Amino acid sequence: MKNKFTSLPNGLFNWGGSITDEAMPTWMQEAIKAIMLPVAGILFFLLIWGTVAQNIDTSLGKFPGPSQAFEQFKTLITEHNNEREKEVAFYQRQDDRNVERLAQDPNYQVKVRRYTGKPTFIDQTFTSLVTVLTGFILASIIAIPFGIMIGLSKNLYAAANPIIQLFKPVSPLAWLPLVTMVVSAVYTSDDPLFAKSFVTSVITVLVCSIWPTVINTAVGTAAVSQDLLNVSKVLRLKPMTHVFKVVIPSAIPMVFTGLRLSLGIAWMVLIAAEMLAQNPGLGKFVWDEFQNGSSNSLGRIMVAVLVIGMIGFLLDRVMLTLQRLFSWDKQAVLR
Amino acid sequence: MNSTNKVINPILELTGVGIEFPTPKGPYKALTDVNLKIAKGEMISLIGHSGCGKSTVLNIVAGLLQATEGGAVLEGKEVNEPGPERAVVFQNHSLLPWLTAYENVELAVKTVFDKSKSKAEMKEWIEHNLNLVHMGHAMDKRPDEISGGMKQRVGIARALAMEPKILLMDEPFGALDALTRAHLQDSVMEIQRELGNTIIMITHDVDEAVLLSDRIVMMTNGPSATVGEILEIDLERPRNRIELADDPKYNHYRQQVLSFLYEKQRKVEPLKKPTSDKKINEKKIA
Repeated sequence: MKNKFTSLPNGLFNWGGSITDEAMPTWMQEAIKAIMLPVAGILFFLLIWGTVAQNIDTSLGKFPGPSQAFEQFKTLITEHNNEREKEVAFYQRQDDRNVERLAQDPNYQVKVRRYTGKPTFIDQTFTSLVTVLTGFILASIIAIPFGIMIGLSKNLYAAANPIIQLFKPVSPLAWLPLVTMVVSAVYTSDDPLFAKSFVTSVITVLVCSIWPTVINTAVGTAAVSQDLLNVSKVLRLKPMTHVFKVVIPSAIPMVFTGLRLSLGIAWMVLIAAEMLAQNPGLGKFVWDEFQNGSSNSLGRIMVAVLVIGMIGFLLDRVMLTLQRLFSWDKQAVLR
Repeated sequence: MNSTNKVINPILELTGVGIEFPTPKGPYKALTDVNLKIAKGEMISLIGHSGCGKSTVLNIVAGLLQATEGGAVLEGKEVNEPGPERAVVFQNHSLLPWLTAYENVELAVKTVFDKSKSKAEMKEWIEHNLNLVHMGHAMDKRPDEISGGMKQRVGIARALAMEPKILLMDEPFGALDALTRAHLQDSVMEIQRELGNTIIMITHDVDEAVLLSDRIVMMTNGPSATVGEILEIDLERPRNRIELADDPKYNHYRQQVLSFLYEKQRKVEPLKKPTSDKKINEKKIA
């Protein structure tokens, strides 16, 4: 027991004394390690953040430390709840008024107006999530079949490769003006299903995040082992059977690597695009706070930064779980 | 000793087979003038040093490689593409890792008997073949859940399930430990006695070749490898490895193969980069 325990950093975990008890089973040591090390990392980060923040003076006051950021987080939640209450009250008043009018004049055409309050932090977060997922799913629907196609044919790959390499490194900010103009010109309808800003953001996300999935899918498809290709040849599998039974299962790990990279890029791109284009979402929230310049602004932006990071992390975890679900190789270590 | 052309009515005939691979330094002639006739139900071993083109011969018969000279004729039809009537058992099993043992065999059965067998018949046939290699108990296991020997058994079941005219085995037991290998060799002998398959097997293992084969085809070293000698193994079947170990005839056959490999075709593996000793090898062939 004692020997195994030496693999733990002793300095960090010896406080209790009882923790190093001889009778402690290995799984418990593992569990403590799995929880304590990340917690220690986070505490260390908070310490550094708090100390550094106190020493930075900006024109909007001191840089927010962990406690100020947490205060602002609570305020943002309260603001959101207040806004929801206002909204409920608004619809209540409207309904009452309409009922009253109808009672006075049965021919009255009922008008229902939508509540037009300012979107709160949580509304903006939700908007960003919907936008990023729409863009990412559309990108995947295009990227995976395209990647499989160019992975299967060396000639197609050679033809597509220069285009991929050319567009892969382009920043979203370069695409954005073009996308905005094209959407304004092409997407015209009296009763649009989606807002123009939403369409612009989705397309920008799509164009920027499609490449890792295309490339990784192509590489995974092209890297099917020669042995399995020989099996397929000896069995004379039909082209579709070959693709679905041999190629795709074998490419799945690479496809997911690509998808995870794509989703990460999609999330980063979206925040930048929202900021620049003033499209609703977390990016706009950050920009508005920056323009607002109150003494609370920096704290509120810091909350946004952490939430953006948290959502990015959670999105990646979701992809990892999906990968575990779809992967045939349950033994593979996924990080 | 040379009994190349003794076979009457061969199921498979290789005539003047040669193959050249293009390399940056110009064409490389791997095989030249390989002639071989194989009768129905025969078990043939190809033996030779690594790099002598044994696998190339097998791949040409399988249709995975195209001979640049001569060709292979199976039951009167020239071989020019892979097909299930020439099933291959690959060295490293080559099972699809995302399918269970049953599903791996099923994939083969479904493609080969697409129209000729009903669903129930297919199921029965798949199970029959897995039982034949004693894998009935692990049908629903995936390749990463079973041992190397078991994987190879499934690989053999998959090949047998195609009802091939000829079974091609590319060092089928090369990656297995000695005990598992002996076990599988016995299984293959048993199955061959029962079904009368025609088999070509590549091997490095002298004992394996003598124990299993009706004839051993010994190949010269490459480049331009060809059939050196063919040794007929006239031992009664069923063969028992323990009894044979003490059999003078068996030991004589072993000695002949060993002498071919280590005296006539001695391959000097240079420890450093070869300078000009390629020539030495070629002289030894003559």
